[in-house]
Amino acid sequence: MCHQSVGLIARVVEAAGIPTLCMTSALDITQAVNPPRAVFVNFPLGHQTGKPHQPDLQRQIVRDALRAFETIDQPGTIVALPYVWDANDRQWEATDYTGDFLPPRPPKEDADLVEAARLARFAGSNVK
Amino acid sequence: MPVEYIPRTRELYSGYAPYRWVMNRDTPPWTPLTKPLAQSKVAVMSSGGVLYRDQPRFHREDASYRAIPKNATQDDLSVWHFGYRTADAEADHNCVFPLARLRELEAEGVIGELADPAYSFMGGVYSARKVREELAPRIADELKRAHVEAFYLVPA
Repeated sequence: MCHQSVGLIARVVEAAGIPTLCMTSALDITQAVNPPRAVFVNFPLGHQTGKPHQPDLQRQIVRDALRAFETIDQPGTIVALPYVWDANDRQWEATDYTGDFLPPRPPKEDADLVEAARLARFAGSNVK
Repeated sequence: MPVEYIPRTRELYSGYAPYRWVMNRDTPPWTPLTKPLAQSKVAVMSSGGVLYRDQPRFHREDASYRAIPKNATQDDLSVWHFGYRTADAEADHNCVFPLARLRELEAEGVIGELADPAYSFMGGVYSARKVREELAPRIADELKRAHVEAFYLVPA
């Protein structure tokens, strides 16, 4: 759904006169919504610009992706970058985003506690 | 083989009517860059549900967005989203909102300027109409006012 929303926004912003570039890890959804420019990285959802605590990888992905602003010259082009999620696991796609991918939603009381803790963390320091 | 998300979403949500994904078969809108990226003002937006400090959290079908100061650090940010596994993004927001990396690329001169603020929303909005007609035009207006010259979007 994120990929659809991002593609929809890109199309409106592009039509308003600002060039756009979308990252994607969900190729079929991005192909369907058809944004002006996109860069595909075949990583699991939630890692479109890299793995956590790997700044060199993240920087390289973003740097490579941004190049597409200047190299794509046909509307609707998706460039694939050659990054591999896990060289020792070439099968992760077979089971990702299936079964219990989405954990059950926590009871409302638990969600409220998490939210209260977040707000308490910044109490008195709400620099806007 | 890349994951096919459209059929797998149908399976994950098999108790519901199949979602009608947007299928745009036209040629998308097109605006070329007017100057090299190294001289352009670039804004970034993540759909990963990133929040700055005590900003109000997102909710379902939320077509609002948050402005995030470009110098925000890991400790300033949290994540609220129901549609992906958020643990890695919570541990390091740069997985879906590469603010620190873009600051570095700005310092290196790869981009001319990183626009302040950056933006975040919660991309799991089922209503495409709401995104297209409510959220997107507001973002476009704000980017125009800020004289942004290139817009980089990162879904989650």
